[in-house]
Amino acid sequence: MDDLTKLVCDYVAKEYLVEGSEVTETMTLISSGIVDSFSMVPLKRFLEKKCNIKIADACATAEAFDTVQNIVALVRRVQNG
Amino acid sequence: MAFNDAGRSWYQTEIRAIQSAGLFKDERFICSPQSAEIEVEFPVGTAVKKCINICANNYLGLSSHPAVIQAAHAGLDARGYGMSSVRFICGTQDIHRQLENKLSEFLGTEDTVLFPSCMDANAGFFEACLNEKDVMIADRLVHASIVDGMRLSKAIQDSYKHSDMAHLEEKLQEHQDKRFRMIITDGVFSMDGDLAKLDEIVSLAEKYDALVFLDDSHATGFIGKTGRGTHERCGVYGRIDVITTTLGKALGGASGGCVSGRKELVEMCRQRARPFLFSNTVAPVIVAGALKVMELISASTERRDKLEWNAAYWRGLLTEAGFDIKAGESPIVPVMLYNAKLAQDFARDLFTEGIYAVGFFFPVVPKGQARIRTQLSAAHEKHHLDTAIAAFRKVGTKYGILGLGRKELIEKFGM
Repeated sequence: MDDLTKLVCDYVAKEYLVEGSEVTETMTLISSGIVDSFSMVPLKRFLEKKCNIKIADACATAEAFDTVQNIVALVRRVQNG
Repeated sequence: MAFNDAGRSWYQTEIRAIQSAGLFKDERFICSPQSAEIEVEFPVGTAVKKCINICANNYLGLSSHPAVIQAAHAGLDARGYGMSSVRFICGTQDIHRQLENKLSEFLGTEDTVLFPSCMDANAGFFEACLNEKDVMIADRLVHASIVDGMRLSKAIQDSYKHSDMAHLEEKLQEHQDKRFRMIITDGVFSMDGDLAKLDEIVSLAEKYDALVFLDDSHATGFIGKTGRGTHERCGVYGRIDVITTTLGKALGGASGGCVSGRKELVEMCRQRARPFLFSNTVAPVIVAGALKVMELISASTERRDKLEWNAAYWRGLLTEAGFDIKAGESPIVPVMLYNAKLAQDFARDLFTEGIYAVGFFFPVVPKGQARIRTQLSAAHEKHHLDTAIAAFRKVGTKYGILGLGRKELIEKFGM
């Protein structure tokens, strides 16, 4: 697991799950109801702050935030312009 | 014409998608006043059926109370039907101010302003009172109207895990650089019926210099020894900065809501809250009825005491019958079924047995948390609850769920 993936996994576990729960890269967050559009806001802000990027609202879709894998891919796309 | 065949077809497809996802909401026509016993036409076109209603927000049984109806009639005669105006043009009557003062007195606040609904109060408050220098930190299970209100505000949005005080404290620490921090919570959470840990929230607010916003719509009138609300129950009466609540539940159940709290915040709502500025005034007939409600609940705790007894009795009956219920003390008692189809089938069969209750499932509650939400009223008599539990037992036996816990129910029916 690379640093960015670990960063996102750790944040998701701490922010959304009960203590001791594990996060996998492919577990669904939005479509399973763990994260909704309301609770997604701090996650977006966390990524922007930690990765020093700006995620456009149009890119912050339910699909883009549905798994850790998708989130990491989104961050990389934004970082690579 | 913009609404051409293609447009119509698109909307028809959307509606069919809602139906096929099992999310279509059918209205049931009630042909009687709201009460413990109602007459219902469902499905539409069928004969009217008498039912025991166990899903209304009529907590104090005041929706059709003779004294409230009489006061509403008198108000209609004395102050007319409508005001044909928003409040600040020519829509404020003496009775609006009287009701606002009564609400302040009851809730233990400095000032109150009426809104057309609590939905409007929540939708208007945050934009009016906070800006981009501030942060709103909300419990993740707050009512949808608060979420909408937060989205309309320029203040930074954040949230904490439901009732998780350690998580809230982390968020407060994180946001110490903001001008105002506002902690936002419901008093009683409408789906689970659990109470906010308001005493701990107020302590954290004092420790980290934050304001507290409380939506007490499912508490005003009956939670706490004299029914003042969750702040009374948790020993923090007089220490909440903003309370929003509704006249549409325990307080007569007609319509209307309010923002009550620090006078400067209330004044900002009068000056800047768009749902207040651009909606008609609460109708005089409703204000007159609500004034009578305030008089009744300020004079006696009899109705909230009866509700408390009914809630405890109903929780006991369900537990004894072997249902899996959410523990708590409020008159919202969720009967957990976990599976959405089971919840819908169960509610349908209860209706056949003369009990009006509704199944709730995703997205109203989280996936795998489907339930029948039962709600008690002071209008219920013991015999209503005894009849209702007989129906619940009969339907529960049909599905073989009595005595099953969460694990067994999920094994049997899936999530």
